[in-house]
Amino acid sequence: MFKRGIPIAILSLTGTLLVAAHFSPMTQSWGEVVLNWFSVVAAITAILGAGNLLLVNLEKISSRRPGWAYSAITIAAFAAMLVFGFLKIGAVPNPQNPTVYFAGDYETRESAYGWMYEYVMSPLTATMFALLAFYVASAAFRAFRAKNIEANILLVTAFIILLARTYAAELLTGWVPKDSAFFFVRLDAMSTGVIEHVATAGMRAITIGIALGALATSLRFMLGIDKSYLPRS
Amino acid sequence: MRIRQAHASALRIASLSAASMCAAIAWAQDAAPAAVDGAVAAEAAKAWFDTGRLGLLLAVAVASACIIAGIVIARLGGSVRIRRIAALEAIDEAVGRATEMGRPVLFVPGIQDMNDIQTVAGITVLGRVAKTAAEYDAQLEVPTARSLVMTAARETVQSAHYAAGRPETYSEGRINYITDEQFGYVAYLSGKMVRDKPAACFYMGAFYAESLVLAENGNAIGAIQVAGTAEPSQLPFFVAACDYTLLGEEFFAASAYLSGERDQLGSIRGQDIGKLLVAASIVVGCAMATYASIALAFGGS
Repeated sequence: MFKRGIPIAILSLTGTLLVAAHFSPMTQSWGEVVLNWFSVVAAITAILGAGNLLLVNLEKISSRRPGWAYSAITIAAFAAMLVFGFLKIGAVPNPQNPTVYFAGDYETRESAYGWMYEYVMSPLTATMFALLAFYVASAAFRAFRAKNIEANILLVTAFIILLARTYAAELLTGWVPKDSAFFFVRLDAMSTGVIEHVATAGMRAITIGIALGALATSLRFMLGIDKSYLPRS
Repeated sequence: MRIRQAHASALRIASLSAASMCAAIAWAQDAAPAAVDGAVAAEAAKAWFDTGRLGLLLAVAVASACIIAGIVIARLGGSVRIRRIAALEAIDEAVGRATEMGRPVLFVPGIQDMNDIQTVAGITVLGRVAKTAAEYDAQLEVPTARSLVMTAARETVQSAHYAAGRPETYSEGRINYITDEQFGYVAYLSGKMVRDKPAACFYMGAFYAESLVLAENGNAIGAIQVAGTAEPSQLPFFVAACDYTLLGEEFFAASAYLSGERDQLGSIRGQDIGKLLVAASIVVGCAMATYASIALAFGGS
């Protein structure tokens, strides 16, 4: 009863408050309080997460499992950033309180924390993101294989959009006057038509479905009809 | 007798939901301080209710009423037949394949926290995947990008093992927190996929740029992949690279579909009624706009 009843009561209360806060300016602060509850819970579980990270990687190192060296690097980086952040090593003094060491800004490039973020973390993140270009190419290659009618339509549409984004569009159909009756054969016009009418219509249909689905899910949770996220009693 | 009980519970649901969803309206009406006069009263009433959002409130109220009507109809014994959703039917097939191949099952619950409804929807699907994995004795791995999601996933997987009657096979060591950093998480998952070669990969939750990286890696290792997200911009990537994809509202319907409970299935029916109303209002709006423009063109004013 308590294991399931109390969470459902809290969920219904917070859900109702957040709905009310959206429509009533007077209750907006109540909604903010509820969101702060979430931040508090998330902060506590962050300790659990960090503990789990340490535990898993230390266990891997101690048992010399394959890839244990990566775990050692993870632990070293974790410890280094923790020390740099907490001790504010190299922090720029705060102009308002220059004598107070811990009032300094530790997120600038001059500090050890900021330097690590700027020159280690950011390039690594950018590298991973850049890989996306190759994944897009390989996925497109597979998706655009003309094996049936749908794939053919997809291929032709993609080809139009692709050409319209390049100088080829101007070269191939740029000679058609913009005020002529055959304006629609221009690749840039076709591309705009596909994006503004076909793609937008489809996307809006999906978005409306998502909004209704999210509302139905929220109602199921708030009314205690769906309890699948709760532990069994 | 059963109909009377259904009536009573339906009324209870209707009153509860009316209380929760229309609280703002009630407050707006009741809160107007009658004793205060003139401009002060107007100011107070304005503060209690944002009139600029009246349209949205009405839309939410109508959609909520449709959903609740669907639940009530289901309780009264109405039809709740839902079309087959291939992606959800494929869960057993995917986990079974992983069991036969002796390889793990990978479940990725997105990169957002528990305050995102997509993550909650993903966790409910995880319950079903974990139950199937426990029944088949397959190894399920759940790396998470948020500590709170890790905690919720552990609870869900443990419950699933109990429900499958195999609590002894539950291991919380397979559900770990990796990092909050988007591409750090992607790097870990990509490495894990290439090294461990899971036979089945599930991506259920909120995904952004990482969706294609994950799905393409899964495709490269030959895993059977089932994805579900409500991020419209990521759906094409999942459709292109995964075997099955839950598109938007299907993803939110998954929990109800998998539960098979009449109440929950009724809510999906209500959702469809809401969708019909939206479509009808769009058609009526288009017709009115077209009529107005024709009238302007030919009538002059």
